[in-house]
Amino acid sequence: MNLPPYASELQLCLCHTCGYACPVDAHRCPRCDSMIHRRKPDSISRTWAFLVASLIFYIPANLLPVMFTDILGHGSENTIMSGVLEFWEAGSWDIALVIFIASVVVPCMKFSLLALLLITCQRRSRWAMRERSRLFRFVELVGYWSMLDVLVVALVAALVQFRALSTIEPRLGILFFGLVVVLTMFAAMSFDPRLIWDAEVDDVR
Amino acid sequence: MSDKSHSDQSLVPGTPHISSRRFSASLVWLVPIAAALIGLSMVIHSWLSAGPKITVSFETAEGLEANKTRVKYKNVIIGTVTGIGLSDDRSQVNATIELDAAAKPFTTEDTLFWVVRPRIGASGVSGVDTLFSGAFIGADAGHSAQTTNKFVGLESPPPVTYGEKGKHFFLHTDDLGSLDIGSPVYYRRIQVGQVISYQLSPDGKGVDLQIFINSPNDAFVFDDTRFWNASGIDVTVGASGVKVDTESLSSILAGGIAFREPNYTPNAKLADANQKFALFDDQKTALAPPDGPAHYIRMRFDQSLRGLSINAPVEFLGVEIGKVVSIDMDYDDKTQHFPAVVGALIYPQRLGSAHEKLVRKFGKDNEERSARLLQSLIEHGLRAQARTGNVLTGQLYISLDFDSTAKKVKFDVAARPLEVPTVPGSFDKLQEQLQAMVDKISKIPIDSIANNLDGSLKELQRTIKQFNSDTLPQINVTLDQARKALERASETFSDRSPERQQLGQAMDEVQRTARSVRLLTDFLSRHPESLIRGRSADRTTEPFDIQMEPQQ
Repeated sequence: MNLPPYASELQLCLCHTCGYACPVDAHRCPRCDSMIHRRKPDSISRTWAFLVASLIFYIPANLLPVMFTDILGHGSENTIMSGVLEFWEAGSWDIALVIFIASVVVPCMKFSLLALLLITCQRRSRWAMRERSRLFRFVELVGYWSMLDVLVVALVAALVQFRALSTIEPRLGILFFGLVVVLTMFAAMSFDPRLIWDAEVDDVR
Repeated sequence: MSDKSHSDQSLVPGTPHISSRRFSASLVWLVPIAAALIGLSMVIHSWLSAGPKITVSFETAEGLEANKTRVKYKNVIIGTVTGIGLSDDRSQVNATIELDAAAKPFTTEDTLFWVVRPRIGASGVSGVDTLFSGAFIGADAGHSAQTTNKFVGLESPPPVTYGEKGKHFFLHTDDLGSLDIGSPVYYRRIQVGQVISYQLSPDGKGVDLQIFINSPNDAFVFDDTRFWNASGIDVTVGASGVKVDTESLSSILAGGIAFREPNYTPNAKLADANQKFALFDDQKTALAPPDGPAHYIRMRFDQSLRGLSINAPVEFLGVEIGKVVSIDMDYDDKTQHFPAVVGALIYPQRLGSAHEKLVRKFGKDNEERSARLLQSLIEHGLRAQARTGNVLTGQLYISLDFDSTAKKVKFDVAARPLEVPTVPGSFDKLQEQLQAMVDKISKIPIDSIANNLDGSLKELQRTIKQFNSDTLPQINVTLDQARKALERASETFSDRSPERQQLGQAMDEVQRTARSVRLLTDFLSRHPESLIRGRSADRTTEPFDIQMEPQQ
């Protein structure tokens, strides 16, 4: 094999904080004194935990109303999907599409992609490793765009306060939705992409 | 190099590093566990707080919207409409409502549901706020012990909510008039309650009304309180003239009921809730004292009864004691007359204390006693007479009065109905007197009077003619001369006349003379010696100043 040698073969490991190549048996980085691990500790189980938690929160986030609008005394509560449907039926399909992508497609994609990465890593699959690591970078990039919903609700609720004419108030659903986004970001953070390549060698971990 | 140092280090026995990662690895699972617990608690909470699910049927779903329309009690949201569908036979709309857990009392059988929409009626405007907020379903919990999940919604709000303080009463009347649910009930023209419901009485011969009097005004309803229908305008054209009576403007449109206690109620007790009362047609009949049993009498009039109508009053010495109930024609074979037979009901109790005394004297009120009483009265001259009550309208009434000049008549005590003898009416008497006057007038010798008068007038005419021809010209001449004399006199006294000027000069002379005389007397009074000595030369300097009067 003309592959470059692995750090483990050279009895080295990388400091997470400063990127210094430390000897394997050192506990702390000689340069920045942070804890060193060969891989992120318990990466897979932590990612699973955050992923499961965010999946659980995703259910109330979709079932509970996220926003209460009261226009001229005509109050109504909207969940994410009912808002999307309302916009769609009102003819503004573009806004409906934006909301749908930001609040349904992106989180669902993150769940499925992270689950896919975790399962393949656990099974030490060598399938499409390069593409999978590219997927992971995509997940990290796209993660915080889901906060769009939370931001919109927070902005609108702060701006539209005209007493009797119209008021918009946030509802419990948006809190859960924010938790979902935060937890999926934690999950992505705690995943170590190097685990994808560990399938190439048998003696890692 | 690193290998070397590494091997050197490994030779030295050191403290083994004990990792505690395994514990912290499992600690991260607290996050999904916490999430699951939160989720579970929410599920349990919503399951516990999920209230009963009920179906309410309405005539129409106008203004109702699934998941939007609220159910409110005293403007507090107690549930939401979750679905609207047609009933199986498509005659009704079924609204599925999810009530809150706290709204359990609203599932009792007698709970009322109605749709609150803006309403404009004769009795007012309501639900204006729903113009903007959309309709909502109003609810009012009942008191029944039975619960159900199927209700029939009301089409209009119930007039009285449960738990409102006050009393319900039942009224019975012959017909409903213009009363309706929600029609006001007035006490001294103040609204104190309303009509809640009405229905035909079980035998179909009347209407039973239920009314509600709000607290604290329900304390004015006593067991002898009279209720009457105050709907519309009460215009009475009777023997007493035209009378217009109404309770309020809204009662003209929407109808209404009024009540009052009779004028004299010595021992009235507070009415119990749900007590039954009669609803009278008008205030007069309602407030009239109780009539007691009626007696039927008959009268036979030999005159035209034009203006006498059914329900015309029958008065005894000015007190209304009954009313006319029938007017019939009869034919008398012997005299070939058509007498009018008037039937009337009289209520002896309306005589008040006189009646009580009569009862004491003659015994209990019955036909026998009335007959004997009537007999004695007729012997004293009691007669019926059709009198004119109102000259303008020509209404007649029957008056029972004592007529000492009336001829004696035979009264049959055993006859039924009792018959009261009559005398000709007041108009008939007037006619007789008029006739007598006309007769007298016709006896006056108008012809001879006219002839005499004619001769006198001719004489007078002749005299005037003579006066005109002889006397008048002489008078004219005399007047002419008089005028001339007056003209001359006025010329003499005019400003330019020489006589006047001479007179003026003469007057001036006299004035000057008078002044000289005064000067002289003044001088003499100061110098009386000058009469003897003459005027001294030095005294000429004394300040006299004799001014000459300016010449004209």
